[in-house]
Amino acid sequence: MERRLFLKSAMAGSAVATAVGAGLLTPSTVFAASAKFKGLSNTAVSNATSAGKGSFKFKAPKIAENGAKVPMEVNASKMSDVTNISFLVQENSTPLAASFNLSGAVGFVSTRIKMGKTSEVDALVTAGGSTTKVTKEVKVTIGGCGG
Amino acid sequence: MAKIKLKPKARKGVISIKALIKHPMETGFRKKKGKLVPANHIDHMVILHNGNKIIDADIGSSVSKDPYFKFKVAGAKGDTIELKYKDNKGKTGSKTAKSK
Repeated sequence: MERRLFLKSAMAGSAVATAVGAGLLTPSTVFAASAKFKGLSNTAVSNATSAGKGSFKFKAPKIAENGAKVPMEVNASKMSDVTNISFLVQENSTPLAASFNLSGAVGFVSTRIKMGKTSEVDALVTAGGSTTKVTKEVKVTIGGCGG
Repeated sequence: MAKIKLKPKARKGVISIKALIKHPMETGFRKKKGKLVPANHIDHMVILHNGNKIIDADIGSSVSKDPYFKFKVAGAKGDTIELKYKDNKGKTGSKTAKSK
């Protein structure tokens, strides 16, 4: 049995090696977030720390039963000149979930994001050049009766 | 090929755009049988209203599988809404719909 396993893993290993050699597995497809997105995420994080409290509505569940689909909604339709709406999940490895650049649309975005564990979620709205945020804690209870 | 559902609906001068894109949205961190599943997620999406770009979104891997989006834009019945996306593997998809 052990020999079987050894053979199997050796074959799998060589398959990966040839794939890398052939350029099939470029780093960009292996690593989740591209460098550009990482950069965007970092700027969003630094924006978030300096942002003041926003006066827009941010809807997120207090408890999410399934971390794979957590509905988020930002309603900044009362604010004028909204240029960007972003969602930041602080505990995720790449905090930025999505960044929407709006030009002419109403300041309203609703989407669903993935969350690995309980975390604070920031909604950032940039309107007229200044960024404001609203933070909400979302508890993720995978497995039913989490604390 | 990925499927896109796009439903713009005009009410009182505002079109609400609901979009659902069928996409696995793999983060690249999930393991299947001990091997990492390579990342495969949408990273860029654009929505056009009568040919004008209204939304330009950078989307990360932490958006849920089969992502759902809702946007609002001022407009009227019969306006054309077009959605285009590109994922990290360079695959693109688009869909055009007339507002109801």
